[in-house]
Amino acid sequence: MSNDTIAAPRSAHTPQYKRHKTGRASFEMMAWLFMRLSGVVLVVLIFGHLFVNLMLGQGIHAIDFGFVAGKWSSPFWQVWDLLMLWLAMLHGTNGVRTIINDYAERNGTRMTLKTVLYIAAAVIIVLGTLVIFTFDPCPAGAVTDLPSFCPVP
Amino acid sequence: MWSWVGHRITGVVIFVFLLVHVLDTSLVRVSPEAYTAVIGAYKNPIMGLGEAALVAAIVFHAFNGLRIILIDFWKKGPKYQRHMLWSVLILWVVVMVPFLIRHLSIVFGGH
Ligand code: HEM
Repeated sequence: MSNDTIAAPRSAHTPQYKRHKTGRASFEMMAWLFMRLSGVVLVVLIFGHLFVNLMLGQGIHAIDFGFVAGKWSSPFWQVWDLLMLWLAMLHGTNGVRTIINDYAERNGTRMTLKTVLYIAAAVIIVLGTLVIFTFDPCPAGAVTDLPSFCPVP
Repeated sequence: MWSWVGHRITGVVIFVFLLVHVLDTSLVRVSPEAYTAVIGAYKNPIMGLGEAALVAAIVFHAFNGLRIILIDFWKKGPKYQRHMLWSVLILWVVVMVPFLIRHLSIVFGGH
């Protein structure tokens, strides 16, 4: 039986079809994929966040220092909020980067806007992460709105 | 086309709010008084309406985002994209009506 497949052309100059081999293209591909994967996870994280903070109990009236302290005394909510912070910030930053690329036509404007965006995003991600992990639910000297598990002064 | 415009605008609005929201939450690291004072501003009726608008934006962006994902990955997605847009709008109403009843009665309920 002979070959059913067609032999590759012999020409040495046949252009190779290269799919996302260059760094730039594969970065954009990863960014595209990340927008979709993070989106699916964010639906769960954000809807859960809104439901617990705004719908349960007294809703927004219940939110004070003690409320936050109560949540972050549990590793479950620490991880939840940390994941939500990182995914939402990276998703939002990448989304705004796309929008800047679309509308800011001058090279200088584009670069400036993206530099501001990246600095703001980095500051917020680092700040938020530090706050979640260095948080003290019973700070020394504080008296109001403490969670009930703090020792009475 | 307008669903794309809506997705863009809601995306930017949510992003700007998120920057502010991380900053206000960071006040828990300053002192309980500082946090409770600033979060108190979120509890007045005007802000309550702002929160409702923000949640409306997030819920639209979330459902329309899932629609975009289905268009990209589901074989029949492009064929049903228009039906899915209607589903997005219906789901949006189904989620927003109970949310608004609950949230606005908390905000305007006067505790
Ligand atoms: C709730 C779950 C969410 C889902 C399912 C979702 C989904 C998506 C999808 C599929 C895209 C399109 C990406 C593309 O065209 O390549 C997108 C774009 C975007 N998202 Fe989200 N997203 C969510 C939450 C958020 C949040 C929390 C923010 C803000 C921090 C955000 C900001 C943006 C922005 C700015 C864009 C760019 C819009 C554009 O290019 O026109 N999204 N989102």
